[in-house]
Amino acid sequence: MTTAHLDLKPKDYRSEVPPDWCPGCGDFGVLNALQRACADLSIAPHEILVVSGIGCSSNLPGFFRSYGLHSLHGRSLPVATGARLGNHDLHVIAVGGDGDGYGIGMGHLFHSMRRNINLTYIVMDNEIYGLTTGQISPTSLTGMKTKTTPEGNLEPPANPLLVALAAGCHFVARGYSGDQKQLVEIIKQGLQHPGFALIDVFSPCVTFNRVNTYDFFKERVKRLEDMGHDSADHMAAIEQARIWGDVIPIGIFYQSPDPRPAIDDQDPALQGEPLVHRELGLSAEQRRQLIHEMM
Amino acid sequence: MANHRVWGVNMSERRDVIVGIGGAAGDGVASAGNNLALMCARQGIGIFAYNSYQSVIRGGHSWFRIRASNTQPQSVGDRVDLLIALNQDCLDRHLQEVHPGGVVLYNSSKLKLPHAPPKDVQVCALPLEELVPEAGKLTIMQNTVALGAVIQLMGLPLEGIEKLIEQAYGKKGEEVVRSNRAAARAGFDRAKESLVPIDSPLTPGGKPLAWIIGNQALAYGGALAGVKLYVAYPMSPATGVLHWMAKHARRLGICARQVEDEIAVINMAIGASHVGVRAMCATSGGGFALMSEAIGFAAMIETPVVVINVQRAGPSTGVPTKTEQGDLNQAVGASQGDLQRIIVAPTSIEDACHTIPEVFNLAERHQLPVIVLSDLLISEGGTTVPPETLDFEPVIDRGELITEAPADIDPAASYLRYRVTESGVSPRAIPGVPGHLFVAASDEQDEDGVLISDVYTDPVIRKKMVDKRARKMVGVLRDIPAPALEGPTDAQVTLLGWGSTRGVIAEAAKRLTDEGITANHLQIKFLVPFHAAEVSAIIESAQKTISVENSESGQFARHLRAETGLSVDGHIRKYDGEPFEPKHIVEGVKAVLRGDEVVRVLSTEPGWRSEHPPVATGPTGTRTH
Ligand SMILES: Cc1ncc(C[n+]2csc(CCOP(=O)(O)OP(=O)(O)O)c2C)c(N)n1
Ligand code: SF4
Ligand SMILES: [Mg+2]
Repeated sequence: MTTAHLDLKPKDYRSEVPPDWCPGCGDFGVLNALQRACADLSIAPHEILVVSGIGCSSNLPGFFRSYGLHSLHGRSLPVATGARLGNHDLHVIAVGGDGDGYGIGMGHLFHSMRRNINLTYIVMDNEIYGLTTGQISPTSLTGMKTKTTPEGNLEPPANPLLVALAAGCHFVARGYSGDQKQLVEIIKQGLQHPGFALIDVFSPCVTFNRVNTYDFFKERVKRLEDMGHDSADHMAAIEQARIWGDVIPIGIFYQSPDPRPAIDDQDPALQGEPLVHRELGLSAEQRRQLIHEMM
Repeated sequence: MANHRVWGVNMSERRDVIVGIGGAAGDGVASAGNNLALMCARQGIGIFAYNSYQSVIRGGHSWFRIRASNTQPQSVGDRVDLLIALNQDCLDRHLQEVHPGGVVLYNSSKLKLPHAPPKDVQVCALPLEELVPEAGKLTIMQNTVALGAVIQLMGLPLEGIEKLIEQAYGKKGEEVVRSNRAAARAGFDRAKESLVPIDSPLTPGGKPLAWIIGNQALAYGGALAGVKLYVAYPMSPATGVLHWMAKHARRLGICARQVEDEIAVINMAIGASHVGVRAMCATSGGGFALMSEAIGFAAMIETPVVVINVQRAGPSTGVPTKTEQGDLNQAVGASQGDLQRIIVAPTSIEDACHTIPEVFNLAERHQLPVIVLSDLLISEGGTTVPPETLDFEPVIDRGELITEAPADIDPAASYLRYRVTESGVSPRAIPGVPGHLFVAASDEQDEDGVLISDVYTDPVIRKKMVDKRARKMVGVLRDIPAPALEGPTDAQVTLLGWGSTRGVIAEAAKRLTDEGITANHLQIKFLVPFHAAEVSAIIESAQKTISVENSESGQFARHLRAETGLSVDGHIRKYDGEPFEPKHIVEGVKAVLRGDEVVRVLSTEPGWRSEHPPVATGPTGTRTH
């Protein structure tokens, strides 16, 4: 869908409800970057549907002026998929946290990437469960002490980027809430990608995560574009996605130069006008044929 | 007996013929049954069919019963007149059940009678090797031979099967068609020559009927209602709906997709419905359990959605290919909190097809989820219907749906998605429409969609919004018909049932009345909301009320009690996996009249010698608790 060029500003995507995140929460940066990206791409607010799950990060639709759907914990992707299948003229953006997307919702994430439904998924990854006041998440580092791991986390963190690269996702990126410039660019690229785009964003929880702080990331994150990474190279993307230590790469890991067609572009029943605009019911001829099959 | 056999003991009473076809999965039981049903339907003969099968791909035991009559049968009946045994196991199990006057048909080149046939049962041996020498190792030809023989006994013309053979094998070439026609004729002739003639009560040649399976009826009903997205995860016995949708999707402009699990299924349906699409999904008990949380979500965000639960008994796998009305409790209790839903149970296959468009209107008018409870009896049962009853254009009422912005929209006026109204229903805008931005949330929210769940929690707003949603159920109740008592009001016995058992209970009520025990019948289709006042009045003025249900614990009787405060006097319960037959209810009623409170019935006759079904206790297949 193309919108006649509108002169949209980030403030046009600001809802009347002020975010109730803790002051300094990384999610503010993600909200700002998303508002800027949508303004830059001139997407009218009523043509956007932001779908979230449950978590501090999943409260984002309430603070973003567009259509919003704040769904169940872990279920943003199937809800967003249904919305997109129902109306492929909408820009459907799914957002949520690491617990929402990589914990309870991991099954849906894997299949959404494999299926390649055309939507953009932004995960505000704070390596903790924020809303439920500080328990480990699937991306929490080994050894991390939280309320549920008083002796330290025994499990290694999940690597969502490697999962995405294995699942056939053709747009795999990681941003950092503290690097607005790059984050806006990543989101814009993701929104324009003709298929499923996964954008993991380091979004520090200043209240419950004392390990993965702004200082932690500031010392380590390094832009892929400054390291000469070729985002069209799948193997190079895998190599970069494995790096975690003194240097943590951020940027677009993989953006296929030849993206495979999204499911919404392939399903014969979805070609032409969106399902929502189709006439309901069956024609007399369709009924006649169907009844004929039963005789 | 003279040289003329009659069907059953008293010919004047015989209006139908019941054929049982049994074999292992892979023997072609279902296709033989379908073909026979189709041949009858094309001759205007009414059919009711039920397939008891095992969920194994090969082996196991499949038992397809077809009841054929000049008028539409409402249940599968309770006899076997013509037994087509496709393997030894079937012969061993079912020979004993064949009714006096009936015939057993089998391939005597391969199978042997395990014992003498019951009294007054003729044997129609159909030696495939002799009748169709060219069949060679193709034992599947025995089905064609048996069908040829059985239609002769039923009084159907040979041309019917010849036409079917052409349609089925035309693509395989002339030779295949020719040999199958020869096989059918051989069977037809053998039946004619070798048996004492039988007068069939069937009069073929009537107006052709459509032959439809319950899951097709549900799917077709969805298409009629304007379903544009159908998502599912395969689970028997609901998969037939997905198969139908996938097969017809492209032609009908429906998107039908198999997705990763039932949680995804329901959430996708809700997502699509939220943007204005009529979306439907179907599953069985276990999948429905996974959908539970999202059903409350749909109710909370006031997004309509239609979910079919073809009930199965037990967790994955339970008894997946058997029938039970075991998920009423689950449907009533599905999801968290105190949220709205409609629960409806179609009362026949034909009704299933009409119910779906009807409940889509209710879902959209009142903006809430609808749970359709089907079961194996409906979903995989088959029936004939006059084709014109399927050829209808249902009313489509989308309720207060805003699909485009009015030209004179005031950009300053804010749209309240959850505006408090007297009916509780608020005009629903779909995403994409300018000037109506809102956020819908599983969190409690105010009229404008702003969350009040945590930080802003406000008891006044919470109560206001709960009340608003709850008020919608008043309107729903007004929109749905109250159940009506069928039969004489002053009957000695009032039978109460719900959903799929309508036909068999009606038949039992009639039989009881014929036998001198006057019976009437109340069948409940809408379980939630419930017409408590009307049902209470009926129960209170009844002489003796008896609930009839496919449930061990009496979920329906409990539901009645919860809704009306009234208990029924007697209970007839069946949970052996097989559907009620009229005789089970008749015997059950007699047992209640003798003083039993709960009668647990079984599809087994005392004295049957094989393991199928296991030995029963009590009179005529009923066992009191
Ligand atoms: C089915 C279900 N289980 C558990 C919860 C409780 N819960 C809400 S948010 C959450 C975790 C949130 O973590 P994350 O997704 O990382 O979001 P964050 O708050 O960190 O942004 C949990 C466990 C729930 N709402 N629903
Ligand atoms: S608890 Fe953490 S994640 Fe939640 S708002 Fe506060 S800082 Fe953000
Ligand atoms: Mg988190």
